[in-house]
Amino acid sequence: MGNATLAVTEPGQGALLVQLSGDWLLGHDLPTPDPVLHKMQPSGGSRALAFDAEALGEWDTGLVKMLVSIYRNARANGLEVDSAGLPAGARRLVALAFAVEEREGARRQFEKKKFLQQLGESFLALAKDARELLTFTGELALSTRRFLRGKATYQRSDLVQYIQEAGAETLPIVSLISFLIGMIFAFVGVMQLELFGAGIYTANLVAVAMVREMAAIMTAIIIAGRTGAAYAAQIGTMKVNEEVDALTTLGVNPVDFLVTPRVFALVLMMPLLTLYSSLMGIAGGMLVGLSMLDVSLMQYLTQTAQSVGLNSLFGGLFKSIVYGSLVALAGCQQGMACGNSALAVGECTTRAVVMGIVLIVLSAAVLTIIFINLGI
Amino acid sequence: MENARPHIVAHDLTMAYGDFLIQKDLDFTINRGDIFIIMGGSGCGKSTLLKVMIGLKPPAQGDISYDGKMYWSSSLAEQDAAKRKFGTLFQSGALWSSMTLAENIGLALRQYTDLGPAEIREVAAYKLMLVGLAGFEDYYPNEISGGMKKRAGLARAMALDPEILFFDEPSAGLDPISAKLLDDLILELCESLGTTVVIVTHELASIFAIGNNSVFLDPVTKTQLATGNPAELRDHHPNFEVRNFLQRGKAKEEAA
Repeated sequence: MGNATLAVTEPGQGALLVQLSGDWLLGHDLPTPDPVLHKMQPSGGSRALAFDAEALGEWDTGLVKMLVSIYRNARANGLEVDSAGLPAGARRLVALAFAVEEREGARRQFEKKKFLQQLGESFLALAKDARELLTFTGELALSTRRFLRGKATYQRSDLVQYIQEAGAETLPIVSLISFLIGMIFAFVGVMQLELFGAGIYTANLVAVAMVREMAAIMTAIIIAGRTGAAYAAQIGTMKVNEEVDALTTLGVNPVDFLVTPRVFALVLMMPLLTLYSSLMGIAGGMLVGLSMLDVSLMQYLTQTAQSVGLNSLFGGLFKSIVYGSLVALAGCQQGMACGNSALAVGECTTRAVVMGIVLIVLSAAVLTIIFINLGI
Repeated sequence: MENARPHIVAHDLTMAYGDFLIQKDLDFTINRGDIFIIMGGSGCGKSTLLKVMIGLKPPAQGDISYDGKMYWSSSLAEQDAAKRKFGTLFQSGALWSSMTLAENIGLALRQYTDLGPAEIREVAAYKLMLVGLAGFEDYYPNEISGGMKKRAGLARAMALDPEILFFDEPSAGLDPISAKLLDDLILELCESLGTTVVIVTHELASIFAIGNNSVFLDPVTKTQLATGNPAELRDHHPNFEVRNFLQRGKAKEEAA
């Protein structure tokens, strides 16, 4: 059959006849229904519409889509439509398309928001997020009390698994990063301190930096990307699958069951990882120091031991506990606030990592100022 | 059925996961315009058979032919060409959650046709009208109910006017009224469009309401026990298991 054509004639008073011919297949060049729509305008005085599809060849969605727009227009203009001339299949499809009325108010309206309106809305959203985080922190505190009194429902085996995931399984990546960070510090120290013959103080630089600040921060950032993200994704997926609702209906507090054990595991593991990270960093620094400076192993070790006291060590470990609880909090909170689609799980994971890192850096700044003022 | 033309034919199909046999020696013919039911008890391999048919899982042995052309023994390009004629409605809709309903339907059109964005949207709006979701173009899948997701999934399956529609448990999770409406919709659409339909289901109401051809898979003998019109199988099939399944476990041993 040939190309699709559409012709409209007026065989009688107030009557329109739409003649269709050729193949009406989607993706080919199809005529628009505009001539028909034009004649249907109220000023045209037409009252009835009929079809002649004698010469119609193959057809698919392309035809029915056009018919639907003619029908819609005819209804709006109060025309009577006689569909007897159409192929039976097309007639039924058009009837089906109009079988369910469009629900009132279902269609979405898109309006462009003004800048100030957008600004205000994002600020309100931020305030809402902050309030949610605060609420969640409160729930977590209550749940922690139940946990410590042994009244919380959770699975021991879960806790052990979380501890393994957050602790032992992160050792390789923590080793690598800490060792390299230690080496970088030592390089910088050797280059600068050698200028005035104080190369041996590289040992101090590396040890103090690692023990007081860097070990805790680097470990926390690794944990935020690894464990915090995993927490958000795990809990978020459970939320999507309604597993969290299933716990609630069973009378099990989802915070007790899912969140507190995870937070506890991370808070328990963070100081250990940080201690380990400090040692790896000092080892990395020592490798560089010994190979670039003219000092013996004993000298370097003694210098290191003298530079860091218990205050620095406990300060660093305290920070690591703070960072660890913030990362766990961000991960679990985002997981519990996850929407109900696959997409939402991805979003909540991203937000958990970003929020975790922001909280780490903010609290690091605050803690450092406090520690300096306390003289630790 | 007068002048029936075979559309889909299974040739000695055997399916397995590794060493674990699911079904063997499946032979059935689906004619053009049939509404074909894949039925059987839970765990008999219905969904696996569907996966083999839509090209997601290769069979262990045998092949499926579409219009006389073997699917699994043909080249990847030919398989893709064959797949273009399929539309599939997955069990829970499987709508892409990052896209609106109109975008969900439009993806296939964008991929396979030269239509412009405005036309694609128009087609998507029409497909949504067909399934009774007029006006829901800009909704995301997580904003609509389960029944609406099923219907939106149906609209997406029909985006390219497929020759064959596959349904995996279309009425699972729907209330009886919604399930009936969906059945009616499938029936109406297929009769208007002349589509061949393959449905995996164990809903007896649906089986008799819309099916005119079927295969019955048995999990014990791991092969097909019967194929043909489900109503006839229920009343006249010599095998007790088949009659018992189709009569909701109320068949009498001796009657045949």
